[in-house]
Amino acid sequence: MAHPAMPLLPRPSLRFVAVWKRNALVWRKLIVPSMLGNFGEPILYLLAFGYGFGRLVGDLDGMTYMVFIASGIICSSAMFTASFEGMYSAYTRMAEQNTWLGMLATPLTLDDIVFAEATWAATKGLISAVTILVVASLLGLVSDARALLALPVIFLAAFTFGALALVITALARSYDFFLYYFTLAVTPMLLLSGVFFPLTELPGWVQGLALALPLAHVLEIVRPLMTGAWPTAWLPHLAVIATYGLSAIILATYLIRRRLLR
Amino acid sequence: MAPRQDIGGASVNRYGMHSPAAASPAVSAIRIQQLYKAYDGKAVVDGIDLEIAPGEFFGLLGPNGAGKTTTLRMLLGMTPIDGGQVEVLGLPMPEGERAVRERLGIVPQFDTLDPDFTVIENMRTYAAYFGLSGAEVQARIDRLLEQVNLNDKRGARIDALSGGMKRRLTLARALINEPEVVVLDEPTTGLDPQARHHLWRQLRALRASGVTLVLTTHYMEEAEELCDRIAIIDHGRIIACDAPSRLIAEHIEPWVLTVGGTDAGAVLQRELGAKDRAHQVADTWLVYTAEPDRLRERLRALGHEPTLREADLEDVFLKLTGHELRD
Repeated sequence: MAHPAMPLLPRPSLRFVAVWKRNALVWRKLIVPSMLGNFGEPILYLLAFGYGFGRLVGDLDGMTYMVFIASGIICSSAMFTASFEGMYSAYTRMAEQNTWLGMLATPLTLDDIVFAEATWAATKGLISAVTILVVASLLGLVSDARALLALPVIFLAAFTFGALALVITALARSYDFFLYYFTLAVTPMLLLSGVFFPLTELPGWVQGLALALPLAHVLEIVRPLMTGAWPTAWLPHLAVIATYGLSAIILATYLIRRRLLR
Repeated sequence: MAPRQDIGGASVNRYGMHSPAAASPAVSAIRIQQLYKAYDGKAVVDGIDLEIAPGEFFGLLGPNGAGKTTTLRMLLGMTPIDGGQVEVLGLPMPEGERAVRERLGIVPQFDTLDPDFTVIENMRTYAAYFGLSGAEVQARIDRLLEQVNLNDKRGARIDALSGGMKRRLTLARALINEPEVVVLDEPTTGLDPQARHHLWRQLRALRASGVTLVLTTHYMEEAEELCDRIAIIDHGRIIACDAPSRLIAEHIEPWVLTVGGTDAGAVLQRELGAKDRAHQVADTWLVYTAEPDRLRERLRALGHEPTLREADLEDVFLKLTGHELRD
């Protein structure tokens, strides 16, 4: 009798929480170096660029450069943190430590595990965004409580970046492979999505390219919320982020199943 | 392990409830029919039929690449099945994988302990994967660590454990859900004799408590020592399946004469009985025979020093799978 092929769509169960908790527990043990990376570096960027450049640049879009860049760095930091988690850390658990293999000896399935990894990457992205938000508001760079509404958007965005990273992890044969993705996707997004300067400064085709990728859409929602305005056309932006996230988690689960369940 | 009681043929599990699988006494622990798996068009499991009864200690033997691990992986839902059927505890695989693995203990070939955690954290985290937590599980963890002599290592990091300790922890971890079936893939590879005997004791205790065990190993004396029944697999097929003593009785001459030296071959060519078989391994000859006395005397008379021993499972294995190197 032929067996039905594996279902195309992932079917994670609530058991994924156990995997998420496992990662959270490890993170808590290594909290100092982990926080230093996810939080210290972005704060340095914020202060160095904000003060250093700020004086040269003056106001941008009706706000000081420091205010402008604070929202940018929150988004880019969530992207970097989630991408790192979905690549280097997840790859370690998949290929180096056999952590996932150990989990597969229990009622957990790869669908649970991949979903948990993306959710954990989202959590780490959110943690980094929250810490930067706290510092930014202490520095008076955040307008009002609307900034809190940015957090669920950042969580969704970090899930998307985590799931995209897991797609790359599914294809990776070594850590070196991740440099392709960083150079070809993450860095261009960082530089072209309006983190450091408004998207409108760029030629039209570059703007088009930036808008084809998720980070620009995250900024279109998060920057107004942090600077005391309501985002315009938030729904289409959110839809782009969610579509990327959904496609990535489906693809990542499919590819990782194909890699490990042979 | 909490022993299960057998009442009137239907077993009652440790919670005092009739589990669906145990409701019918006819249900096998494991039932495999015409199992088939191919990689790149090449069959690695090629029509395996196998039935393992509840409470049985079953061994899977075979050279490297024979299809043992692939068969086990299909049993556990970790490899898609290309053809045939697998039922574990009455549930079809891979459809029933979650429900099956909830009642299964797995000791994998490679270390999958979590290096980011201590011994006790490994146990707790693994329990959480089964949805188990709380005081009852903590008591179970204490008991299991006691059982495998790791109580004084509770706070130790995994990289501070010896190979034997890691294996014991892996076994303790696999028992966290009080499994009905325990599957062990080469559990004693790389262990010293002390550690191996310790593990054997644990496995015998499990067997005595009614747990079904499935073991793969390269150590024939281990299989002979532990298993009620053994299947020898080669080229993806079962080539023999029976109790160790019956395999030896049926497949091999009862005695083995071993003789060394360069000219032994020439002597054997002349003196070998009609029903005897001789086989050269490196510079030693093995003679499989039912009547060793005459040949032994002849060899002695010619200045050789043959040794005589009873045939064992390893001889059966080498006869059935050949002496050529694999891998």
